[in-house]
Amino acid sequence: MMRIAILGFGSVGRGIARAILAKNLDITVTGLADSKSGIIDAGGIDLAAALARKENGGACGNAGVSPADVVAKADYDVLVEVTPTNVEDGEPALGHIRAALRRRKHVVTSNKGPIALAYPELRALAEESGVFLKYEATVCGAIPLIHAMQEGLAGNTISRLYGVFNGTCNYILTRMAAEGLTYDQALAEARELGYAEADPTYDVEGIDAAIKLVILANTVLDMRTVLDDVERTGISLLTPDALQLAEDQDCTIRLIGEIVPEAGVLRVSPRIIEKDHPLVVEGTLNAVTVGTDLAGDLTFIGKGAGSTETASAVIGDLLYIQSRHVQGS
Amino acid sequence: MKLEMKDQPGQLVAALKPISAVGGNIIAVIHQREATTPVEGLDVQIVLELPEGRLDSLLELLREQGVSVVRIGEERLLYECTLIMIGHLMHTDISDTVDRIDRTGSAEVTELSLVMPAINSPSSARITIRSTTRTEMKKAIRILREVAREKELLIIEPLEGA
Repeated sequence: MMRIAILGFGSVGRGIARAILAKNLDITVTGLADSKSGIIDAGGIDLAAALARKENGGACGNAGVSPADVVAKADYDVLVEVTPTNVEDGEPALGHIRAALRRRKHVVTSNKGPIALAYPELRALAEESGVFLKYEATVCGAIPLIHAMQEGLAGNTISRLYGVFNGTCNYILTRMAAEGLTYDQALAEARELGYAEADPTYDVEGIDAAIKLVILANTVLDMRTVLDDVERTGISLLTPDALQLAEDQDCTIRLIGEIVPEAGVLRVSPRIIEKDHPLVVEGTLNAVTVGTDLAGDLTFIGKGAGSTETASAVIGDLLYIQSRHVQGS
Repeated sequence: MKLEMKDQPGQLVAALKPISAVGGNIIAVIHQREATTPVEGLDVQIVLELPEGRLDSLLELLREQGVSVVRIGEERLLYECTLIMIGHLMHTDISDTVDRIDRTGSAEVTELSLVMPAINSPSSARITIRSTTRTEMKKAIRILREVAREKELLIIEPLEGA
């Protein structure tokens, strides 16, 4: 039996709770907190009740219990940190992850901020404490890209890694190409469908994709980079005419993130790409090609966001830890 | 480039040797006896890539070998790259933008398709650049990036290079 504490009860947190309820994963939740409330229960929290409270617009727990309380006081093996990303300083998630690692608790997170900003420090802390720090869900949602690169492709030298890392941009570009929509029209449609935030800057200016490149560069490619190292151009200035000009040559335009480790290239920019290229995926899908010396080129395609899909990556990390090492079981 | 040489053993090798001697790269060799060719001659077409400025020394070496060059093909720009530009292309002097690349002498804009939208809206253009070598293409794209920064244009490069 693995005991976990979940910080964040938004789309991802609830997706994890639903998966735990639906499947026999041998996981008990002993701590749970959203931004306004929390619960600590060593006997196991009633997730169905917490989900019902949250979905009726209420708080998941008691107003007197903070996320910091859950991190410090709950009895758990793994902290599951799934609060929204803060790219400025990674807080408050970064502090919570540090505190859990110091308590010798494993950490699984979907939060890009702490991993992009402080991976070397957090990794050292995890090693010192003899625990795992896993973050598959930070990059490309359901696609097990980090696991594939760290485990399946171990021993390969990665010469190039490139692809579609942002589903919002991919949706907008797909719609502009298919329907001749303007950027503003396609963005409005993406908002209506819940694919874009009220302030879409983070997605459409390529910041989200750039952070994912930083995470991959720092965690699996042995580079030491920060967000400012990424040469970044977004899609907000694209015109339907530009997409038509590409179309005339059997091409289209996609926002591509690219890392060439040897040349030190880290770049997010709209690129012209043949329509039959494997990276030309439709809608909100993500697609990444990894160029390696032994395995050749591998392309991964899958859902880059979504409640259940991101939960899949978190649960994969949890079961990885469960199969290797869980204290108190 | 089309070469004509005597139909004697060893002539083809004699014609090819100087190419590597000047650092050239042979892409294709096509030779056939045609009815129009004089009996003692053999027509050979060689497609090759040559570092800049080496053509004269190659021709000199070929002459020494007794190989006469019938015709030098006009298509000397081997690498092609198509990009898309978005911005106020006309107001920022598109002929200057094109000229900045043509001025390199080793890369040139061979095609430009411009779409003019409503007044004051940014226009979009597809631009095709050809160059003699990959290095020259990279240089041309670098120039285009600089021009784009200066004129606040958005440049969309192909995923795969030239």
